[in-house]
Amino acid sequence: MNDLFGKLDIRAFQHDAIENSVGVVIALTSLIIIGFVTYHGRWKWLWKEWITSLDPKRIGVMYLIVVLLMLFKGVMDAVMMRAQLAMAVGDTAGFLGAAHFQQVFSAHGTTMIFFVGMGAIFATMNFVVPLQIGARDVAFPFLNSLSFWLFAVSAALVNVSMFVGEFSATGWLAYPPLSGIEYSPGVGVDYWIWVLQISGVSSLLSGINFLVTILKMRAPGMTLMRMPIFIWSIFGALVLIVVAFPILTATLALLALDRVLGMHFFTSAAGGNPMMYINLIWAWGHPEVYILVLPAFGIFSEIVSTFSQKKLFGYTSMVWALMIITFLSFVVWLHHFFTMGAGANVNAFFGIMTVLIAVPTGVKVFNWLFTMRQGKIHLSTPMLWFLAFIFIFSTGGMTGVLLSIPPADFQLHNSLFLIAHFHSMVIGGVLFGIFAGLSYWFPKFTGFKLDERLGRYAFWCWFIGFLLAFMPLYALGLMGATRRLDHYEVHAWQPLYMIAAAGVPFIIVGIILQNLQILVGYKNRKTDSAIMGDSWNGRTLEWSTSSPPPPYNFAIIPHVGERDPFWAVKEGNEKPEHRKYEDIMMPRNTSFGFWIAGFAFLIGFAIIWHIWWFGLLCLATLLTLVIIRTWGGMDEEVITAEEVKNIEEKGFNRWQQS
Amino acid sequence: MTKKYKFPFFLLAGLALVLIALVIHYREHIAVLSPKGFIALQERDLIILSTVLMLIIVIPVLVMAPLFAWRYHESNKGEDYKPDDDHNLFAEAVWWGFPTIIVILISILTWESSRELDPFRPLESDTKPLKVQVIALQWKWLFIYPEEKIASLNFLPIPVDTPINFQITADAPMNSFWIPQLGGQIYAMPGMETKLHLIADKTGTFRGSSANLSGDGFAKMYFESKAMDKEAFDQWVKTAQNSPTLDTAAYTTLALPNDNNDTPQTFQLKEENLFDQIVMKYMGPTHE
Repeated sequence: MNDLFGKLDIRAFQHDAIENSVGVVIALTSLIIIGFVTYHGRWKWLWKEWITSLDPKRIGVMYLIVVLLMLFKGVMDAVMMRAQLAMAVGDTAGFLGAAHFQQVFSAHGTTMIFFVGMGAIFATMNFVVPLQIGARDVAFPFLNSLSFWLFAVSAALVNVSMFVGEFSATGWLAYPPLSGIEYSPGVGVDYWIWVLQISGVSSLLSGINFLVTILKMRAPGMTLMRMPIFIWSIFGALVLIVVAFPILTATLALLALDRVLGMHFFTSAAGGNPMMYINLIWAWGHPEVYILVLPAFGIFSEIVSTFSQKKLFGYTSMVWALMIITFLSFVVWLHHFFTMGAGANVNAFFGIMTVLIAVPTGVKVFNWLFTMRQGKIHLSTPMLWFLAFIFIFSTGGMTGVLLSIPPADFQLHNSLFLIAHFHSMVIGGVLFGIFAGLSYWFPKFTGFKLDERLGRYAFWCWFIGFLLAFMPLYALGLMGATRRLDHYEVHAWQPLYMIAAAGVPFIIVGIILQNLQILVGYKNRKTDSAIMGDSWNGRTLEWSTSSPPPPYNFAIIPHVGERDPFWAVKEGNEKPEHRKYEDIMMPRNTSFGFWIAGFAFLIGFAIIWHIWWFGLLCLATLLTLVIIRTWGGMDEEVITAEEVKNIEEKGFNRWQQS
Repeated sequence: MTKKYKFPFFLLAGLALVLIALVIHYREHIAVLSPKGFIALQERDLIILSTVLMLIIVIPVLVMAPLFAWRYHESNKGEDYKPDDDHNLFAEAVWWGFPTIIVILISILTWESSRELDPFRPLESDTKPLKVQVIALQWKWLFIYPEEKIASLNFLPIPVDTPINFQITADAPMNSFWIPQLGGQIYAMPGMETKLHLIADKTGTFRGSSANLSGDGFAKMYFESKAMDKEAFDQWVKTAQNSPTLDTAAYTTLALPNDNNDTPQTFQLKEENLFDQIVMKYMGPTHE
């Protein structure tokens, strides 16, 4: 029996009341969804139109669904942490034990960075990149589907850890020796490793895919310096992904060897060196946070220009600033551990490299502000997110520079001041950017706008909630409160922890309103003018096609003569293309991505629980599937010129009617 | 300033004043801003100086963003709407240039302060420094005073105005040793020795803790550091020299994981090389 199921036994399924109730809720929700799909007889549709789809726009929607589910999970983790810390002072222990609390913040970080942040960036890329560069598809459509499914199964693996076994309790980066087998004998760290390995492969494949797409598939005439600034920002992020993610994969593989085969790469004894892990993980980890924030810069650039109805100020500066940031993000990793005692000169070097990043970032901020200047500003929700971003990002950037001065960092590192800083960057920067991008591009993919009034309410809830939840953390950090505490004995801290907890309900109301935005927008879709594509008086190519775009994006591949090509057409500077339709080849749907990822999930699960025979069996199956797919070659189908003409005319008629 | 700008201006200025007043009022609780030692004082001043330098850039941004959004709102008829105005060499030179100057200033500060406040660098003083060896355990702190031949658990008495030379290691996962009112932290790592040099300029009791996650009892790894005058410290040392003994066997029991935040305890040190033994035990091919 033991050999058959590895380390897996009945104890893996026994959990406390909180975990059980979460389990029941998730199980019920899944049952309701399954029931709903069955009742409406939609399984076949789901399979043919979505699960096997290679259309980046559909894959983008699926990414977004996983992101929203994981955002919900991540926020629930945050709710538990804030509630615990509002009460757990002195003799009160709070409702979470230390071990459970540590799992919660580890899961929160992992979820938010890998599944919300990265997922949302990939969703946006899938939506926007092919359309903005005037392409019909990505370079490797099947790889794109595989990337998504690997992403989805690794998200599923995080959730499985809540029911079968436990999750890592060692923080989102699992420093050894704490994450070694000696101090973390359970399966938690193994879950963390294999979740990240699978999602890491997914990110790397997507990175290569989109990098090639941007370099090779731009519409004729779109030179590098005519690319929309969003594409440049994505380009920077993709370079970082391609260079940094292999480091993560290798580092985690070494940690797994330590844990499973008793090796000594990162152990504190027998010649191992945990400091090596900390260097390696941050050599990936610092670029990682720029992978998240660069696309947000790109989104805001598009939004400021569109809603100010003005060309982006200082395009060339912006491109150089992006590229400088991309480069610098590789030479600053040591600033995450000035306190490890590297010596004054080494610390000072990495400190100065970090401070340098403030220059190109500052340049970007001034360029955005001067894009607004002398514009005609339409102060819609995306612009509200932008203004809040400027406020939070400038102050957060300032505290970031403080953290990059080594002696100041000795006093601020590992404290809640650091937490306040990086949440300013990932919420104020990344998340607000994603929200802004979502309300901006939503009509493009659905044909209806998100409800504007609810959007404003949601914005104010988020903004106030953020300030309440994170500004007190700056003060707490200066008071000496460190991160990752499940309990504290200093009563003077409690009022500030309570204010931080008071921010949570605001954010939750914000999330509810955002969901309502979609529903109300859908209800009012007929009265909305988004149908014919150009919802916001846009400037770039995605607004020149219908909303939602046809599967082939552009009936006729546009020819690009200048930077804001669609604006130029509308201004009459460029003639629209003559409409003569041709046959279009599109890749045929395939379920290989789904199956390969499914077996990757099983392999991960088998390794976590040491069920070796099963893991090997799944690995063999996975490799067989890969080989079959490789031999099968590219499977394409043709959309004839006649069909294209019909689709295009139908879209045009719909627009005339509205 | 026209009338329209007055309200938001006074609102923001008012908020800033309230914030500053709150900070001044509660400064004794804000450990990093109320230093009690030379190192912490310098680190505080560094934080404040660099913040002021950065505000030179950040304040104009925070003013311009809402100002432009309001001034160039589409409802303002847009007389000076210039849709194609997309570059200005002079303006861009200004915002590449000015931040660069500030960043150069901060870089000089970084370079100088990194060397001056290097935790490994001994403090210059006429007083003979006190040696303290710090061992992070699961989950408590053991302080060894090798020259006084005593040890103390979860309690760190030090003489005022005397440089303290800390040697730090861990017999546990990595921790970080931090007493904010005396100065910044440094990691405590098994098999390795880090150094920290601090001094207390005033008597008092200061909270110290571990700043890096080290497992179940991590939150309980706080302790008090008490800076006392020379006589009181000598008195405490004398008392401690008559406490129970700490030898290898007693240490093994003491080092067992325990997340209760053990009450402070003193020992007379029997095993003089305890600290070195703990560092060295990780160096061999295996350790038990």
